[in-house]
Amino acid sequence: MSWETVIGLEIHAQLSTKSKLFSGGSTEFGAESNTHVDLVDMGLPGVLPVANKEAFYKAIRFGLATGAEINQVSSFDRKNYFYPDLPKGYQITQMTKPIVEKGSIKVSTDNGEKIINITRAHLEEDAGKSIHDLFEGETGVDLNRAGTPLLEIVSEPEISSAKEAVAYFKAVKQLVTFLDICDGNMAQGSMRCDVNVSIKKSGDKELGTRAELKNINSFKFIEKAINYEIERQIRVIENGESVVQETRLYDSEKNETRSMRSKEEANDYRYFPCPDLLPVVISDKELKEIKDSLPELPEQKEHRYISEIGLEESEAKIISSSKTMANMFEGASRKTDDTKLVAKWLVGDVSALLNKDNIEIDESNLSPENFGKLIERITDNTISGKIAKSVLEEIWKSGSDVDNIIESKGLVQIQDESLLEEIANKIVGSNPNQVEAYKGGKEKLFGFFVGQVMKETQGKANPKSVNEILKKILG
Amino acid sequence: MISEKEISNKEVVQEVYRLINENSHLNAFVTLNEESSIKKAQDLDNNPSDCSLAGIPIAQKDLFCTKGLRTTCGSKILDNFVPPYSATVIENLENADCISIGKTNMDEFAMGSSNETSYFGNVHNPWGDKLVPGGSSGGSASAVAAGIVPAASGTDTGGSIRQPASLCGITGIKPTYGRVSRWGMIAFASSLDQAGPMARTVEDCAMLLNEMCSHDNKDTTSLDEDIPNFEENLNQSLNGRKIGVVKDLDLSSLDNSVLKVYENSLKEYVSLGAELVDISLPNLSLSVPTYYVVAPAECSSNLSRFDGVKFGRRSENPKDLEELYIQTRTEGFGDEVKRRILIGSYVLSAGYYDAYYKKAQQVRRLIKKDFDEAFSNVDVIMTPTTRGPAFEMGSKGSDPIQMYLEDLFTISANLAGLPAMSLPNGSIDNKPIGLQIIGNFLKESTILNFGHMYQTKTNWHMYTPEGLKQ
Repeated sequence: MSWETVIGLEIHAQLSTKSKLFSGGSTEFGAESNTHVDLVDMGLPGVLPVANKEAFYKAIRFGLATGAEINQVSSFDRKNYFYPDLPKGYQITQMTKPIVEKGSIKVSTDNGEKIINITRAHLEEDAGKSIHDLFEGETGVDLNRAGTPLLEIVSEPEISSAKEAVAYFKAVKQLVTFLDICDGNMAQGSMRCDVNVSIKKSGDKELGTRAELKNINSFKFIEKAINYEIERQIRVIENGESVVQETRLYDSEKNETRSMRSKEEANDYRYFPCPDLLPVVISDKELKEIKDSLPELPEQKEHRYISEIGLEESEAKIISSSKTMANMFEGASRKTDDTKLVAKWLVGDVSALLNKDNIEIDESNLSPENFGKLIERITDNTISGKIAKSVLEEIWKSGSDVDNIIESKGLVQIQDESLLEEIANKIVGSNPNQVEAYKGGKEKLFGFFVGQVMKETQGKANPKSVNEILKKILG
Repeated sequence: MISEKEISNKEVVQEVYRLINENSHLNAFVTLNEESSIKKAQDLDNNPSDCSLAGIPIAQKDLFCTKGLRTTCGSKILDNFVPPYSATVIENLENADCISIGKTNMDEFAMGSSNETSYFGNVHNPWGDKLVPGGSSGGSASAVAAGIVPAASGTDTGGSIRQPASLCGITGIKPTYGRVSRWGMIAFASSLDQAGPMARTVEDCAMLLNEMCSHDNKDTTSLDEDIPNFEENLNQSLNGRKIGVVKDLDLSSLDNSVLKVYENSLKEYVSLGAELVDISLPNLSLSVPTYYVVAPAECSSNLSRFDGVKFGRRSENPKDLEELYIQTRTEGFGDEVKRRILIGSYVLSAGYYDAYYKKAQQVRRLIKKDFDEAFSNVDVIMTPTTRGPAFEMGSKGSDPIQMYLEDLFTISANLAGLPAMSLPNGSIDNKPIGLQIIGNFLKESTILNFGHMYQTKTNWHMYTPEGLKQ
């Protein structure tokens, strides 16, 4: 029997506001435990939340970028449950009237592009962290994260494979970082997701019973967890049993999902409108200002790179895939006229180095200015492409300025034609056998002479001049 | 006297503590603030302040957070809680150089109408040792009625300022919802809670209200409206002003003597030139059931933070997390609080939300609409504040519904967010009783005006348990 998979994602993106969703507490990551906590974050008796408009503006940016409806009047609800790292005993979230509804995003899959619809994106506060391994027999609570604004982005159950789920997550990550609303740092938990997975017989209209996989924070684990879960559900059904609606935890070490709690054990969250917060109203003026401040988005960039700059589609795709790549490209292009060459190097040599070191471009020593200058030194014939590679490698190591590297290592291309002629004559003179063979028809040997000249000049000769000179000498 | 230097601020404050000791049987205070109060009085003696309330000793309900001073909310679960910050109301009063004498006893988490639910024991009514002072601001009412302090702060979620004011023979006002910041008030039912002053006279309440009200950025439900000088219109003539008398109010359960007191007050107003107008509030009878859905629902969530994890009392030696929660809350909360958490959790449960909470919110809007219509014809609405004078301790303990009906006349003002006041208007068997004046949205000045004019013609507000005070 063949099975179809139905997947929906709930992505939690931490919004990069300075202060928390309902307090003036700082959202900075990595501070000492319980130092970024104010009265409101602690949930002390008598404190009251005040909504942070900045978080709304960021949520709205996401809404506008996904063509969604923006609810200019949105409200907060309380989700009630007990947990030590939830200071108030409830989480303030947007249940009935989220800020963003009905958007969509284009995702690249193996079968081409696919539109995934976004049901809603709502604001809510993050909980703190329970620390189980620091104190013997006791649990610590760190409330630094408590109250950090999250945008929960809920997709329609329209994703049909683990790979597609990852592609969707990547598309969302790309978007939120382009919009400058989330740093996208998955290792620090800035983006994490819950995955709803169910299977059904091919062609069936009705959805199967779903399991929810909680809190996964890497592309690799999303793919593995979903694939494990699909296989598990198929196994369950093919054994004549049925899938139970439940929450499951993915164990990355064992690569399996385990039941956390079933539907029966699930909390009744007793949602109700938060009486401490009035509905938040976004004026037409605010909305327009946000609209006007939206940056160019990946898709628009890709189109512009192709139609205006004339890049290859494959180049445009890679460069517009992340904000940092696009920034590198656009920054470097301001330093040189040959933007196509910038693209060629970025997609070629630079990407190769990135892959080798497995880093993002903003983690490297290469700055857009330095990169642009490097390309400019190729186009103004200061250095050859070959030399440029070694300069790039030097920048990669030290981050030094292109001109400093060229100067201190004496890499300036030899422009003196008479000097090149002298060297070429010497090479020709000391290789009579090869000259004879070349003149006898072995034209491939031309490369040999060029190579020898380059070797003699330590690569500093302008290859074009060398070609011309050698042709003249060899006739 | 203070301003003429006949007596120093310090002497006044020392006298207050002497009176507290002398009246310790009233059990009106939970925590005293003696050392810092005397110091503040001395400071004021050395550097006189030009604030009109400078040096006035004020008793603060133990529901307001006071920085560095224990705040219990009448509960065992907070019996060790010392807040690191002060409520805006407290700051406002202290910035006006009032002296916070101590924290007054109250029904646990403001849930009760008799002060019998406090972990720190019953408060006694100075009008009779077996009598309840009303609640939940019973300690504040008792302390003012006994003449210990001239003023106290209270909070009112369903009548918690007005009902004890009525039962103790003093004046108390609950302002429009949002007039006074809720920052630092330990929440009972957030959409209903409102703080206000309690004192002997309307005039004193007006002065206190001037200091207590403020727009506060820390409370988004705090109103960004101009705050008038509440003393300004106190003496305005009532000639031709209209008093709404609710014709669908069921007064049949009231004792004749209570009705008579009420009717006498209305006659007094007629003699002051006011006109009585029959009005209809058709949904008024739904106030109590509506309130007992909305308030418990909000409290069930508001009180979730008392879990023994971060502050307050924690149960000893729980075997796991669940037991920590269960034991802490079982030991820490009293019966009435538990009852309301249970009701509240029930009405918010999946499957019951629409039938109870949502329905109650709809009824609440109808009640508000009734008032809107009524106030298109009248300046104020008057009712008795309570169904009778103070009752004996223990007399209603076994039947919570009887206790809930204590708030029959007061609850609707909270549901509609309107300002309302109680002032003494008579005596039954030598026990005081109060008149309630409800005003339109933001019309505190109007009800203060009506109240003050009444007090210029009557002296019920000057009666103390010892007799008429000069």
